[in-house]
Amino acid sequence: MTAFLKLLFRNRLAALGAVVLSVILILVLLTPVLPLQNPDITATADRFQKPFTEGHLLGTDHLGRDLLSRLLHGTRLSLAVGIAAALIAATIGSAIGIVAGYFGGRADNIIMRGVDMLMAFPYILLALAIVAALGPGLMNALIAVAAVNVPFFARNIRGITVGLAGREFIDAARLAGMGHIRIILTELLPNVLPVIIIAMSTTVGWMILETAGLSFLGLGSQPPQADLGSMLGEARSALISHPHTSVVPGIMIFLIVMSINLLGDGVRDALDPRLRSGALSRPRAMTLVERKGEVPAPTDDLLAIQDLQTQFHVGGRVYRAVGGVSLSVKQGECLGVIGESGSGKSVTALSVMGLVASPPGVITGGAVRFQGEDLIGASYESLRQKRGDRVAYIFQDPLSTLHPLYRVGRQLSEAIQSHHDIPKADAQARAVQLLRDVRIPNAEARVDNYPHELSGGMRQRVGIAMALANEPDVIIADEPTTALDVTVQAQILSLLDDLRRERGLAIIFITHDFGVVAQLCDRIAVMYAGRIVEEGPTSSVLEAPAHPYTKRLIACVPELGGGQRELAAIPGLPPLVDDLPPGCAFAPRCEKAQDTCRTSEVMLKGDTSRAVRCHYPEEAV
Amino acid sequence: MPALKVDNLAKTFTLKKPLFGAAPAGVRAVRPMSFQVETGETLGVVGESGCGKSTLARMLVGLLDASEGTIEIEGKALDNADPAKFGKLIQYVFQDPNSSLNPRKTIRQVMEAPLKRLYRMPRSEREARVSQIFASVNLREEFLERYPHEFSGGQAQRIGIARALAANPRIIVLDEPVSALDVSVQAQVLNLLADLKTEFGLTYLFITHDLAVVEAVSDRIMVLYFGSVVEIGDAKRIFANPRHPYTKLLAESAPVVGRPLTAPEQKGTELPDPLKPPPGCAFAGRCPNATDLCRTQEPELEPVGEDQLAACHHPIQD
Repeated sequence: MTAFLKLLFRNRLAALGAVVLSVILILVLLTPVLPLQNPDITATADRFQKPFTEGHLLGTDHLGRDLLSRLLHGTRLSLAVGIAAALIAATIGSAIGIVAGYFGGRADNIIMRGVDMLMAFPYILLALAIVAALGPGLMNALIAVAAVNVPFFARNIRGITVGLAGREFIDAARLAGMGHIRIILTELLPNVLPVIIIAMSTTVGWMILETAGLSFLGLGSQPPQADLGSMLGEARSALISHPHTSVVPGIMIFLIVMSINLLGDGVRDALDPRLRSGALSRPRAMTLVERKGEVPAPTDDLLAIQDLQTQFHVGGRVYRAVGGVSLSVKQGECLGVIGESGSGKSVTALSVMGLVASPPGVITGGAVRFQGEDLIGASYESLRQKRGDRVAYIFQDPLSTLHPLYRVGRQLSEAIQSHHDIPKADAQARAVQLLRDVRIPNAEARVDNYPHELSGGMRQRVGIAMALANEPDVIIADEPTTALDVTVQAQILSLLDDLRRERGLAIIFITHDFGVVAQLCDRIAVMYAGRIVEEGPTSSVLEAPAHPYTKRLIACVPELGGGQRELAAIPGLPPLVDDLPPGCAFAPRCEKAQDTCRTSEVMLKGDTSRAVRCHYPEEAV
Repeated sequence: MPALKVDNLAKTFTLKKPLFGAAPAGVRAVRPMSFQVETGETLGVVGESGCGKSTLARMLVGLLDASEGTIEIEGKALDNADPAKFGKLIQYVFQDPNSSLNPRKTIRQVMEAPLKRLYRMPRSEREARVSQIFASVNLREEFLERYPHEFSGGQAQRIGIARALAANPRIIVLDEPVSALDVSVQAQVLNLLADLKTEFGLTYLFITHDLAVVEAVSDRIMVLYFGSVVEIGDAKRIFANPRHPYTKLLAESAPVVGRPLTAPEQKGTELPDPLKPPPGCAFAGRCPNATDLCRTQEPELEPVGEDQLAACHHPIQD
């Protein structure tokens, strides 16, 4: 709660709104005890007194009633009606939305078509019709405004509920023996409540305006009772001759609605989980670079990552996702990077082309050299020219990397045309050729498919085709087969292997699967807690792992053909990268760890062909 | 008496009737299948996406109504899909441990729900039972007051397993219980499952797409393809000595350290269109040995060799 308030008040406009709104609220709450004149007593002799006259701070209206008193009483009434209408609309609308979203099917259809019918009428017409049917009066105006706003809540909440109702914890609740009503009340409601609050905070202002509108038309509060709308309505005839009678309630309406909207937006932003994690909604076009220390000298590798350090700065915490990683690939070479989640393998890969989201990502040291040129210090324009052209990526989930609304051929030709100035027809022809290159049968027809029309394996082939589109020198593949079925995986892997041999591609292949690495890669690097713990030729690392982590990781992966057995698990969990132990990061889980492991930093020992970061390696390197 | 007996269980998802013309035939997600699981046995269920393994699992625990067939647990038939009835006998462990825990409930609330709703246990008994289960899955009791987002995947999956155990079921359906976990944590969870099975005398149905994992945990393995059982056999032999060409393809596709990279022999990777299923064997389009017989007549599951069953007109012989 305090965190929420802190976040809310960091937004200055929201804070301003909160201050104005609380002043108004305090004033209207104190209205009955304030020494005010009776708002309904007419004194025609004193009509249209100017503001700041004796006894009438804000002047009087056309019947000589004290405007200040009427304003405060009117605001009190308008706020009460607006908030009551919001609560009623939110309760009924959310109930409808949750029921429709949870049950789905026919119930959903019938309820939502009813809601659609309500929405088909212009809201003011609907409100007028309701008031006309029920007769004028503030209570009926409240009912009308609430009814008009029910569809807004129903639709919003239904959308959220549909997403939640498919989640596994709802199934789990059913398996735990809960009934529908209990699931709705205890499982769904707590999860949609923030959305209801956000929707309410952004619509209260609107509802106050609508109530004022009905009163302005004479359908809401009835004379002599004052509310903001009726005050405006009564002042209309004297708009030119005595403008203060309409300006006073007008300013009040403006202040209320403005402050509620500012506060509502603040509440929404503060409750939005994406903003809560400290990330802005739009990352920069390239990762922020704040390099300290010297930039390593160039090497003759095609792509060299040199002592790269990438951190995430979230709130006051620093997550050292990549803590000094050096890797390199030569032409035609395939380097496997293996590690568990959180080991920094993907962040290393994304840092190469400055694709780590900033904020919160910051590259704080090292260099990435492509043919000797440092990419970390490069300008955005030079980086953009190389992205996809010289260094291309293949990601894990092709369904989320392909644009769902464009045909795959169009996406492929766009990738080509953004780097090469060639006619559209040529780019399209090249797209067909690329699909053929990745062995998509019937490429001429497939080029016109949308991503959802392709199977997972076909989609990943399109992803590979897109990476190949500009004949890059290096492909960085981040778990490209993890989401695929094994029979498809085998084909994708052999496709990548063929392409690399045919075209002399360098591949950095990121995975957690030893079997895949063993089949595809020449060399592998094992990462743990943001660092490389072991590096070497694939066969030598897999057959004679030198780091205890590598050895035990290999041992705990079941291998086909081993039969039913107890697996050698590694106890404990990988450390969090915002709280790394002082010595070796693996020491707390390592059975060979000595005191030196827990206290002193371990360096990567060996040369580029075979190296290990361990005081007591399993094998001499 | 087998712990679980499934007889001709099938699920057809009906499709919406178009504005004009007759309603389409529906998608047969699970074609009629029969199998048994003995008490204390682990039956591994393997298959790729779209083979119907999750639909089968959801029917077994009552989250989905079966279109045809019956489910018997320890001799008692369960005919209506009511999770509350199923809950005491058969429980489910979900693939994604984090999404199976309500983010706004404490672990204690999650753990106590089945005890409250299925067993109407009083408070003191519930607390004792929860502590006992937490001890069995090696979780500290202080976790009970925390919320799901504070846990790593491995811990959350232990909580998911603990919740399934709380209902004191006879059978647990494990739907890809380790595929969202890192390999070092995966082994911990698999070993824990093996220990719990002995401790509580459980029967498992272990669903996964990972051949190495299923082989490591199962007694028998059932291979699914396109909604049908294509092969059932002993876990020790089924991948080394497959009878159905699809099982062979699976076994050859699994990446194994030390085996050179070759795409195994198959004509395509596409599954048949579920809206227009082919007549005959569903695998015929990808099968290197398919004949005209395969393309016209659906093969039955028949014994091949000593203890294997395969649904193939031309099973692979020794």
